[in-house]
Amino acid sequence: MIEIRFHGRGGQGAVTSAEILAQAAIDGGAFAAAFPSFGSERRGAPLQAFTRIDDKQIKLRTGIYEPDIVMVLDPTLIESQNVASGLKKDGLIVLNTKKDPEFWAEKLGVRRVCAVGATTIAMEELGVPITNVIMLGALLKADELVNPEFVEKRIEARFPRIAQKEIRAFKRAVTEAKVIG
Amino acid sequence: MEVSLAIAEAARQADVDVVSAYPITPQTHIVERLAQMVADGDLKASFITVESEHTAMSAAIGASMPGARVFTSTSSQGLALMNEIVFLAASMRVPVVMALANRSLSGPISIWNDHSDIMSVRDVGWVSLFANNGQEAYDLTLMAFRIGEDPRVMLPVMISFDGFILTHMIEPIYIFDDAEIEGFIPPYNPQFKADPKTPMTFGPVGVPEIYTEAHKQQDAALRGSREVIDEVFADFEKRFGRRYNAVETYMTDDADVVLLSQGSVFETTQLSVDELRKEGKKVGAVELRMWRPFPFADLQAALKNAKVVVVLDRAVSFGGQAGPLMSEVRSALYPMKDAPPVIGGIAGLAGRDIMMEHYREFFDMGYRYLETGKEPEVITIVGLRQ
Repeated sequence: MIEIRFHGRGGQGAVTSAEILAQAAIDGGAFAAAFPSFGSERRGAPLQAFTRIDDKQIKLRTGIYEPDIVMVLDPTLIESQNVASGLKKDGLIVLNTKKDPEFWAEKLGVRRVCAVGATTIAMEELGVPITNVIMLGALLKADELVNPEFVEKRIEARFPRIAQKEIRAFKRAVTEAKVIG
Repeated sequence: MEVSLAIAEAARQADVDVVSAYPITPQTHIVERLAQMVADGDLKASFITVESEHTAMSAAIGASMPGARVFTSTSSQGLALMNEIVFLAASMRVPVVMALANRSLSGPISIWNDHSDIMSVRDVGWVSLFANNGQEAYDLTLMAFRIGEDPRVMLPVMISFDGFILTHMIEPIYIFDDAEIEGFIPPYNPQFKADPKTPMTFGPVGVPEIYTEAHKQQDAALRGSREVIDEVFADFEKRFGRRYNAVETYMTDDADVVLLSQGSVFETTQLSVDELRKEGKKVGAVELRMWRPFPFADLQAALKNAKVVVVLDRAVSFGGQAGPLMSEVRSALYPMKDAPPVIGGIAGLAGRDIMMEHYREFFDMGYRYLETGKEPEVITIVGLRQ
């Protein structure tokens, strides 16, 4: 089973990221579960969302404390929250940052880092700083957990009016993300 | 699919005539989706936008009396606010279906999940069943209409499923094609309808001469619903292959310590059983899916081989005997010859995560009892911060 924890702020789409990833995994024939951190959702407040993917029915319904992958959708959370908390040895961390992955690898003490300037891509492609789909592109570059085609289909279903823009942003992240480790 | 949306889909596929509901977290997505379906013309039903849950249930009863198929849904404070009318739905014998997204009752104010809401309506006279995952919540919502509307039952049915843990969960759920479930829920045709052409009195005063007999009949009806529930479970299995039982069991045949629970924790309990079995410990898990009518014989049969039963309660009985589930299970086993001892603890109040080590602590509680014969302290809470 692969466990992914998303860190974002209310309104940035961390919950949407977790959901799209799980739905794409289910479409691909896997079992998956996605759920938010069950807080009082407020725009701008830090929040977490979770995805589990497995090849058998997922009966574990606890929070995720020792993730295989951590996704940070907001650059201001990388240092203000202990985002790498509990990350498994050889776990992957995917960051929305303008800095190089090497910088964060040293700073956070994590070997596998994927860095993408997600906010820049979001502003250029979508005109709003919503990075959910872009971060999924970066994740899939570092670890192809699910077939990107299934993710694109889910993006189309989720954002019918701006699907082409979203998919272009998603693909840019696949190209531009830098991965080490 | 999100579990809430699957429940809304079940109500659509049951072709409900009336949805009467007031939004409350964490039930909101269910009624939002139903309102959307009605607005889009995907569901030909009246969506009654009420000003409170008290009215939601009143309108549900009023709509059911002339023969409409009615769905509603609520949580926690919403259920508390409609409490007065929840009793009437059962005594007036209207087969309203309610999806109850379990959430803790205030105070302190909490939007999160536990079972204090469902436990507060134990004696309302409804058929009351628990779903453990999204698929079950969907399946049981469909079955609820057929159970409640059966002429031998004519009672409201509530399906409990954990708020957030299930309502906001995206997981694989098999949704039937409309054609696939065609005929599973027959049309609703009550024997007595509120109709101005044939005036009739519903819900009159129960003077001392009839109140007692009315209650005796109501109890007989709820007890009698068991036969119909079993029939519906059996037909569902025959048609669709998924088996539902009044009492669900996991690895109980040779288990010394059995952990009993309700709702979504039963699934995670099974993982804990797997872990402990690998260590050579004979443990098992039981779920009391059917809360009312209470399945006495099934529960006794499921627990007869246990050396000790540990109950995991998700609500507190202040000043009482642990939680309400433990009290019920203990008294249900009391008449048994060689009844196993029943002990219990409380966990997962108001969304407090029940972690794997907590499940283990419940099993340890059972082993400690077997070693020492000493009961845990009254109102033992697992995961309590000191």
